[in-house]
Amino acid sequence: MTRKKQRDEKLAANLTELTRKQGQWREVLMRLVRNKVGMFGAILCIALVILCIGAPLFTKWDPYEQAVINKFIYPGREHIFGTDDFGRDLWARLIYGGRYSLLIAFGATCFSTCMGVLLGSIAGYFGGRTDLLITRFLDILQAIPSLLLAIAISSALGSGPFNTMLAISMGGIAGGARMMRSVVMSIRGNEYIEAAKATGSSNARTIATHVLPNTIAPLIINASLSIGGNIMSISGLSFIGLGVQAPTPEWGSILAVGKTYIRDFWPLVVFPSMFIAITIFGFNLFGDALRDALDPKLKD
Amino acid sequence: MAKYIIKRILWMIPVMLGVLIIVFTISYLTPGDPVITILGSGYTPEKYAAKAAELNLDKGYFGQLGSYIWGIVTRFDFGKSFYSNLSITGEFARRFPITAALGIFGCIIMVVLGLPLGILSAVKQYSVLDYTLTVIALVLAAMPGFVLAILGLVLFGVRLRWLPITGLDTPKSWILPLATNAMPCVAMIMRQTRTNMLEVIRQDYIRTARSKGLSERTILWKHALKNCLIPIITVTGGMVAMVMAGSIITENIFNIKGMGTYMYAAIMQRDYPIVNGCVLLIAFIVCCVNLIVDICYALIDPRIRARYASSGKKHKKKAHKEVT
Repeated sequence: MTRKKQRDEKLAANLTELTRKQGQWREVLMRLVRNKVGMFGAILCIALVILCIGAPLFTKWDPYEQAVINKFIYPGREHIFGTDDFGRDLWARLIYGGRYSLLIAFGATCFSTCMGVLLGSIAGYFGGRTDLLITRFLDILQAIPSLLLAIAISSALGSGPFNTMLAISMGGIAGGARMMRSVVMSIRGNEYIEAAKATGSSNARTIATHVLPNTIAPLIINASLSIGGNIMSISGLSFIGLGVQAPTPEWGSILAVGKTYIRDFWPLVVFPSMFIAITIFGFNLFGDALRDALDPKLKD
Repeated sequence: MAKYIIKRILWMIPVMLGVLIIVFTISYLTPGDPVITILGSGYTPEKYAAKAAELNLDKGYFGQLGSYIWGIVTRFDFGKSFYSNLSITGEFARRFPITAALGIFGCIIMVVLGLPLGILSAVKQYSVLDYTLTVIALVLAAMPGFVLAILGLVLFGVRLRWLPITGLDTPKSWILPLATNAMPCVAMIMRQTRTNMLEVIRQDYIRTARSKGLSERTILWKHALKNCLIPIITVTGGMVAMVMAGSIITENIFNIKGMGTYMYAAIMQRDYPIVNGCVLLIAFIVCCVNLIVDICYALIDPRIRARYASSGKKHKKKAHKEVT
C-alpha cells in the first residue's frame, strides 16, 4: 500500500517536473498512458492498422484470386475464417479490405476537419455578418442527417474510394465547424490577439499563428471521436451498394454479400460484422481516452 | 415564449429551402442524362424533346428548380418517378406511416430502456451492475444498426428460428427491426444519462434536498432527473435523425416496404426525383424534431424560458457589442 502511494507521489512529482520542463503535451501523454481502458482501445487500433498495412505478411492468400471449387469452406486450418462465395480467403479479404475502410475513414476525418477549421475559424474570428452567414449554412447542412447526406452525395458521385471519402466527410463538416467557431470565439477576446493585431499582423497571420495553435486540443478530440462514426458510415454505404463495391474487399460490401447467404453460411456474416464492431469499439475507447487526457476538466 | 416558437417555426422555412436547393443541385450536377437512360439507345430527337418536356428537364437550372419548389409548396407534389410514372407523393402516403411507426416505437423503446438504465448505473456507480451496463453500452455503441440486425437475423432468425426474418406481417416480426433501430441509441442515451446524472447528484442542491429529509426517490426523480434532462433530450433528438436516416439500411435488411426501401430502389435506379423527395421529407422531420427539442428545453428549464422572454433585448446588446 505504502509502496503504491510512494509510486503515485513519485509519479505526481515527475508529472509536475515534466510539465515545467516539456510543456503540456508530455503531461497529456502521461495521462493518456495511465488510462487503461484507453490504452486497450489504442492497442486494438494499432493492431488493426498494422494488420491492414502489413496484410501480405499475415496471410498467404490473395484477396482477389477466385477458386470456385473452394467456395463456402468453413473456418479451418487452411482458411482460418473460411472462404466466400467465389472461394476467396475471407481472412485475407478482411485484412486487405481494412485498408480501404481505415484509409477512407482517416481521409474523411482529415477532410471534414480541415473544412470545419476553415469555416469555423472564419465564422468565429470575424463574427458579425460572416458568422451569421456561415452559421446559417451550417444549420442547413445539419438538417440533413449525415448518413443521408452521404447517401445522396455518393449516389450522385458514384461509387469508389475517393467519392465515398468525399461523401462521408460532408456530414462531419458542420459539427467540426460549430465546435471550432465556439472555441475561436472564446479565444478571440484574449489580450494576446489584441496585441497581435496592435503590432500589425494581418488577419490571416493572426489566425494561423495565434488562434489555431490554441484550438488543437478540441480539434484532436473532435477528429478522434468522429473516426468510429465514419467507419460506421463507410461500411453502411458499401453495405447498401454505394461506397466501395465488389470485387474491392471492404467490410461493408463483404457483409452485403454475406447477407445473401445468411441462411446457409454464417462466417461470411459474422466475421465482417466482428471486424467492423471491433474497429469502432477500439476507436471509440481511444477517442474517449484522448478526450479525457486532453481536457481533464471534462472528466472531473 | 409564443413569439419564440413562431420565430423558430419561421426559421424552418429558409432552412428547408436551403436543404431543397442543396439536394436539387446535387442531383442536377450528377453526370449522365436521365432522358437517355430512360429512352435507351434508339431515340429520335423529337422523342427526346417530348420526354424531356414531360419530365420537366428541358428548362435550365433555375427553371427546373423553380418549378420543383412551386410544385412542392403549392400542391405538395414532389414530381414523378422517372421510370414508373407514379406520383411520389402518393407513394409517400403509403410508405411513410410504416417508417414513422418503426421510428416512433423505436424512440419510445430507447427512452424507456435507456433512461432508467442510465440512472441505475449512475446511482450504483462502480458496482458490478454499473460496469456490466457500461461494457454493454460500449459494445452496442460500436455496432452499427445493420451489423446488429444481421447478427440478430443469424442468431434469432436462422439458427434459433424464433423470429421471422423479413416483412412486418406478424407482431413478432416487429421485434428485430425495432431492436435494430433502438439498441445503438439505447446505449448512447444510457451513457449520456449516466454522465449527467453523476454530475447532478454531486451538486449542492441535492445535498440540500437530502438534508431536508426528502426520500431518495423524490430526490432522484424530481430534483436530479429534471436537472439532467436537457443533454439527454438533445441526444434523443439526434437519435431520431439517426433512426430516420438508418431506416434506409434497416428496411433494406428486413425487406420492409417503407421509405427506406423506396429510396434504396430509387438510388439503385438513379431515380433522382424520388431520392430528392425522400431526403427532403426526412430533413423536414429532423427539423421538426429539432423544433420540438428546442421547445422542450424551454418547458423544462425556467432559466432558458427566461432567456427567451428577454431575447429581444439581448440581441440588441450583442449587436452593440459587435460594433464596438
